Amino acid sequence: MSALITDSRFPDPDRAYRALIDAHRGLSDERSAALNSRLVLILANHIGDQAVLQEALTLAKQSMAQQEPGAD
Amino acid sequence: MNTRKSLYQFGYRRCADQDRSSPARHPVVVVGAGPVGLCTAIDLAQRGVPVVLLDDADRIGEGSRGICYAKRTLEILDRLGVAEPCLAKGVTWKLGKVFQRDDLLYAFDLLPEDGHKMPAFINLQQYYLEHALVERAAALPNLEIRWRNKVVGLNRRNDGVTLTVETPDGSYAVEADWTVAADGARSGIRGMLGLAFQGEAFEDRFLIADVKMKGDFPPERWFWFDPPFHEGRSALLHKQPDDVWRIDLQLGPDADAKAEQAPERVLPRLRQMLGHDDFALEWVSVYTFQCRRLERFVHGRVVFAGDAAHQVSPFGARGANSGIQDADNLAWKLARIARGEASESLIDSYDLERSTAADENIGHSTRSTDFIAPRSSQELRFRDAALALARHTPFAKRMVNSGRLSLPSTYETPLSTPDREAWSGSAHLGAPLPDAPMRDRSGQPVWLLEALKGEETVLHVPNGQEPPAGLNVLVIGEDLVDESGLFAQRFDAAPGSTYLVRPDQHLAARWRYADPEAIQSASRRLRGLAGVTA
Repeated sequence: MSALITDSRFPDPDRAYRALIDAHRGLSDERSAALNSRLVLILANHIGDQAVLQEALTLAKQSMAQQEPGAD
Repeated sequence: MNTRKSLYQFGYRRCADQDRSSPARHPVVVVGAGPVGLCTAIDLAQRGVPVVLLDDADRIGEGSRGICYAKRTLEILDRLGVAEPCLAKGVTWKLGKVFQRDDLLYAFDLLPEDGHKMPAFINLQQYYLEHALVERAAALPNLEIRWRNKVVGLNRRNDGVTLTVETPDGSYAVEADWTVAADGARSGIRGMLGLAFQGEAFEDRFLIADVKMKGDFPPERWFWFDPPFHEGRSALLHKQPDDVWRIDLQLGPDADAKAEQAPERVLPRLRQMLGHDDFALEWVSVYTFQCRRLERFVHGRVVFAGDAAHQVSPFGARGANSGIQDADNLAWKLARIARGEASESLIDSYDLERSTAADENIGHSTRSTDFIAPRSSQELRFRDAALALARHTPFAKRMVNSGRLSLPSTYETPLSTPDREAWSGSAHLGAPLPDAPMRDRSGQPVWLLEALKGEETVLHVPNGQEPPAGLNVLVIGEDLVDESGLFAQRFDAAPGSTYLVRPDQHLAARWRYADPEAIQSASRRLRGLAGVTA
């Protein structure tokens, strides 16, 4: 059984998305990447479960593989 | 470029006010005969308030136009007597589809349940709506439309406003107890009062084109992210009456507005999208947009409504719809004040309720625009990540935002009497009533919202006790029969349940048992008289 929750959990996902956009507004690309890296570490620790982290990594990679040029 | 010819022409006529030695005084002057000004004027006139409606043009059918009219707006138009011609002409729809490249990401249904008189949406060229409204206005003896009457000056006094109006015969002055400024996004009256119009401007340019063709697309809203015919951008397709299709293409921030409207640029884009060139270009324009609003909608005796008060991006169809909902909120309040039935402070609730609604609409349309038109490479990466994950996960699907379509606001307002009991169902305090199919005393089918008309009404489910007296009361099971059970379901109704409905059909109060004193007190609140004993 999957431990990673992929159902929608925010009552208002648009606001959550907007919070991410807002946090990055005005940052250079490099600063944005740095912010995201910190954010990933913070959230990974919050999850605190190696199996869930592994599943999330797999899902992220899987969705990238399908976005590679030519894979459309 | 604007190639649309005017479809309806009206004549300037000299009016009696122009021949007076001192200015005539009217209870309400509405400025701007677009959908919002027309709805406000019709609503006021229906409520017995004489209205003068001024417009600087003498025709309709030009300019960029709204095409999507939402269920709540149609319910308002029905109360104003114009829904029928709009429904007859309009394209009814409720399904939306969102594509990425060629793939369907998801579909949504805006009205999955039956038992409502009005559909989720119709698409209709704005000039057809305006024409229906002008015809309705002409049938009201206490509503006078004055074409080619341009307001060029405004003087505020404590008890009203003096307007200077320019006509082909020269200018004249007219006084109004109240002035409604519904004169659009470039509101002249807003300028005359020197009011700031603050908010966010967006850089992305969009191409809007109306195309005439025989298409076999269904009557649905189709939205593409990164479509094969318009790489890296977004596109939107809507069906309109008369075999006209609305196409909206994102061009990006650097597009040259003039060059993009040239047929040699537009036609190949559309050919690529439609897969053929068997179409005629009816109208094309390039636009950018702003999300902004006035800080306050009420300035003494001048009240702003529609685009004059607030502007949104087009994603979500929240412009014309929210403007008509402004009119719906404003008219009954002004009518009560004009008739001396309410405290003048009732108008403050218009400012509160509709500026909160404007914030909601601006919030939704801003968030949609963030998603549709990312501004930096990081924003684009977030957007593309959400789109990619949407193919695998429900959470990301819910984040995909191609426009959240117009829904009416639920007012948190001092006009509502807070619930004392818990309620389920789809009726919410402060929200417009959900419709329901009913039968009247003679067994004829009637919709709940039709039966309410525009009157303050008490709905009461009998429980053997005396029904509330003195107010406009409809008894469920007698005046209105709930044969389908949908009223009971949507209102969580049981014997004794009693509901107070505002003239704009929003729910003001409800009780499990009718208490005449509580009903009277809730009704006083609706006149802005909270705390005042009867």
